[in-house]
Amino acid sequence: MDATILGLLLLDALQNGVVYGLLALALVLVFAVTRVILVPIGELLMFAPLSLVWLQGGKLPGTLWLALALGLLWALLSRGRGSLWPLGLGALLFLLALLGLKLPLLAYPAAVLLVVYLGLATYRVFFQPMREATVLAYLIMAVGLHVAYQGLGLVFFGPEQYRPAPLLSGEVTVGLSWQGVLVLLFALSAVVALYLFFRFSLFGKALLAAAENRLGARLLGIRPEEAGMVAFAIASFLAAVSGLLLAPLINAAYFMGFMLGLKGFVAAILGGLSSYPVAFLGALLVGLFESFTSFYASAYKEALVFLLLVPALFFQSLKARAVEE
Amino acid sequence: MKRWLLAGLFLALSALAQGALKVGVVVSATGPAASLGIPERNTMLLIQEILERTGGVAGRKVQFTILDDASDTTQAVRNTRRLVEEGVVAIIGTTTTPASLGMIPVVAEAKVPMISLAASKDIIYPVDAQRYWVFKTPQTEELMARAIVADMVARGVKTVGYIGFNDAYGEGWARFFEAELKAKGLQLVVSERYNRTDTSVTGQVLRILARRPEAVLIGASGTPAVLPQRTLRERGYGGLIYQTHGVANPDFLRVGGKDVEGTLLPAGPILVAEQLPSGYPSKRVALDYIQRYEAKYGIGSYSTFGAHAWDAWLILRPALERALKKADPDKDLAAFRAALRDEIEATRGLVATHGVFTFSKEDHLGLRFEDSAVMVQVERGRWKLVRTFR
Repeated sequence: MDATILGLLLLDALQNGVVYGLLALALVLVFAVTRVILVPIGELLMFAPLSLVWLQGGKLPGTLWLALALGLLWALLSRGRGSLWPLGLGALLFLLALLGLKLPLLAYPAAVLLVVYLGLATYRVFFQPMREATVLAYLIMAVGLHVAYQGLGLVFFGPEQYRPAPLLSGEVTVGLSWQGVLVLLFALSAVVALYLFFRFSLFGKALLAAAENRLGARLLGIRPEEAGMVAFAIASFLAAVSGLLLAPLINAAYFMGFMLGLKGFVAAILGGLSSYPVAFLGALLVGLFESFTSFYASAYKEALVFLLLVPALFFQSLKARAVEE
Repeated sequence: MKRWLLAGLFLALSALAQGALKVGVVVSATGPAASLGIPERNTMLLIQEILERTGGVAGRKVQFTILDDASDTTQAVRNTRRLVEEGVVAIIGTTTTPASLGMIPVVAEAKVPMISLAASKDIIYPVDAQRYWVFKTPQTEELMARAIVADMVARGVKTVGYIGFNDAYGEGWARFFEAELKAKGLQLVVSERYNRTDTSVTGQVLRILARRPEAVLIGASGTPAVLPQRTLRERGYGGLIYQTHGVANPDFLRVGGKDVEGTLLPAGPILVAEQLPSGYPSKRVALDYIQRYEAKYGIGSYSTFGAHAWDAWLILRPALERALKKADPDKDLAAFRAALRDEIEATRGLVATHGVFTFSKEDHLGLRFEDSAVMVQVERGRWKLVRTFR
């Protein structure tokens, strides 16, 4: 191996790693606040670029109707004045999607809003009604949603890949495209923004409190439902924007999201599903490991990446003390 | 009066049902293989429509039962059992190799002839007690690998690299391709794997570049085959890039765009039917299929995969006609199924969209390399015929 190859592998590792990192952050956040392991995050990630391609092609994507249908359920569930939010947002989304058909630039915010709205509605309709359930019940629901969303993805978008035009074309240097720089910049700014949000804003602090101790937070007037909504909104936003930025580099298809989400999950596990910095570093490690195993032993890459879980879980089990359920 | 009418209607219907030949079809209309299975299903619907218009086979109605296996082996086997119980005379399907392999024991036990639409040679070779009942229409990897290597030899290539799917498709190609390279004296200098769901193949591509092969074959199907080719081009690879016939659909060109210009691939002759020299056996049949398919599903909608299902019917139809002279499916279904199997095996020189089928006791693929593979190149976003082997 020479320096060029090493450099290219490191760049590749970084670009993949930060995306896993963003997904890991989203997974940790959602888990901390709501105890849900958000398995369908990969589908949310893929829905964004696929919906974008549909809008730019002058068609309304099936995801729009899915989001609006779930939004309607959300409105019915919250009734009264609470239903103004889902109805208002849904109307805005529909308007934006219609405008996105005519103006290609508006298709981007439309795709992001669509996924965020879908994420919020998913939480409100499927997870919030079972708020006192066990982690296992949440997990089963999440896996079920993953299967359902993936199947719907096939119905909406067909079996093949799509490649939206990159926002920026061309390469900075060999091995790093401008689009790749955008991905890195978004990851960096998302990490900084999350840090500032949790460190300095009242809302962020409330979210942390709700994650730390739900009952205590409740006694202080923080509503766990609201905290869950915000967590899901942030997670779907991160997934949607990463998906949009990543799609021109990797070609988006309905079946591509699960692996990305799973690798983000491996990283989140490395951080014990609780530590943000460790999860992000873990994601970079997953990216690095993946890049080098694909160079040295490509046939065993996936197996080796998931083998990373074993020492991580072993270490966690040594660290953990037995807790009464 | 009304009662008489109803009774008459019932009698008429049951008379129709009695005479109908039931043919079972299993395809992967959903799941990962859906891009292959959907045109196959559409083709069977097209055949059904044509038969309804023209009145069936030898005066009998033909009734297709089309089931979806969701690209899943278990579901394919379950569908096969159901079709066998419904009393079908033959089964066409299914789309994928693993699922087709799973169906073989079931049809062999029930003694129902089956025509698979999947690629692997393992489905029909060797012809043992179970594969006695099994035929197939698509070209094998072995046959297509021969076409690729013949093209490489003609272009003076000496060293070759390979990157393929980390599954049955990629492994099958790796095996036959390597054997064919060895037989023709070419050298495989690097062999890598990747997954359909992979978002980056930089590591594998760098390894290929380090070995400097003169040509690279990408053993993948559908749009996921674009990623390695794009990465090779982005990293400045200047050699020849070959793909397999698994990419011969418009989606590959759509997603690949500029990055797949100049790609060489082997394909069934139907892919470039219009460009075939006159006198090429499959030309007329292929153009006929394309015209009928496009009349129903739109211009540019046809794919080579649907044509495999069409070929299966081209083989089955005359076999049905001949078998009907020997046995009556309403009286003795088992005897009819056995007669039908013999008649399929007796097919000689049948010109279809992908080649000329001549089955024998040892050969249930029935295709000759010379008539069933051509080399095609992507030129300005279109398939261009560059070489035939006749």
